Amino acid sequence: MSARFAEGARVRVKALYPPGHCRTPYYTRGRCGTVLHVVDHQPDPEELAYGRHGLPKLPVYRVRFALSELWPGDPDPGQGAVVVDLFEPWLEPVEETR
Amino acid sequence: MSAQHRHDHDHPHPKQPDLEDGPFTYHMALTEAVASLLLEKGVFSADELRASLELIDSRSPADGARVVARAWVDPGFKARLLENVNAAAAELGIDAGGIPIRAVENRPGVHNVIVCTLCSCYPRLLLGPSPDWYKSRAYRSRVVREPRAVLREFGLELAAETEIVVHDSTAELRYLVLPERPAGTEGWSEAELAAIVTRDCMIGTAVPRPAA
Repeated sequence: MSARFAEGARVRVKALYPPGHCRTPYYTRGRCGTVLHVVDHQPDPEELAYGRHGLPKLPVYRVRFALSELWPGDPDPGQGAVVVDLFEPWLEPVEETR
Repeated sequence: MSAQHRHDHDHPHPKQPDLEDGPFTYHMALTEAVASLLLEKGVFSADELRASLELIDSRSPADGARVVARAWVDPGFKARLLENVNAAAAELGIDAGGIPIRAVENRPGVHNVIVCTLCSCYPRLLLGPSPDWYKSRAYRSRVVREPRAVLREFGLELAAETEIVVHDSTAELRYLVLPERPAGTEGWSEAELAAIVTRDCMIGTAVPRPAA
């Protein structure tokens, strides 16, 4: 199964707020992180939640976000990171700045 | 009842609430309705339902501790554990269930912590039922924002240069922290090692310490 984003790719979580069930935490939306790797391929939870089969399976990425990226307003976010499992349709490439 | 404590006296005793004393909520009704339907349609039997609850309740952090202790003494096993926790646990006769579990390894300068911000995902079949605080909004919301402060409240003071990596279980994957084997445990048996690997060590809110 193919995956759109390679290890080390910079990605942004789409800042979307659709109705219904999803597994994308609010605190990651609109935030940029780095793809660690594809951890699994799984049925789409947004479909499963309504009794559908959720196929084809989607790539699930481990995406690493620095605390300073997640919480830019915090005076001292400190060294650290949060790694979140995210489904591919929620990720978009970060445009390289020239 | 002792002669000194008869129940014809006048002070009241607080009554322990029965399970049914709380409100019967919408979701409780839904759960009961779905369970009755599944039983009625013969999808599974009442005994199978009971047995699966019993299986979940029978698990304890001791299972996870055995896996960690083996990884500490057997590098080959550790490599297989980091690849696939479920398969490695099966080598020790532990059925860790069908949901894939991944191990995250503490190393010098890197400390891992597990959370599920969206609900309360937890490797139950390897660690047993999760502690109440793991399901609390306070833990779930704060550990992804100020992990160092949260760990300090658990009594875990990490060196300022140690990086804390928080793993949020948002998909159909569960996480297990593989703690570092502490100094001073050279020559210990696997059983002795397993005894210092507590539940919180495998969540990441504590680190194993050899008893003083």
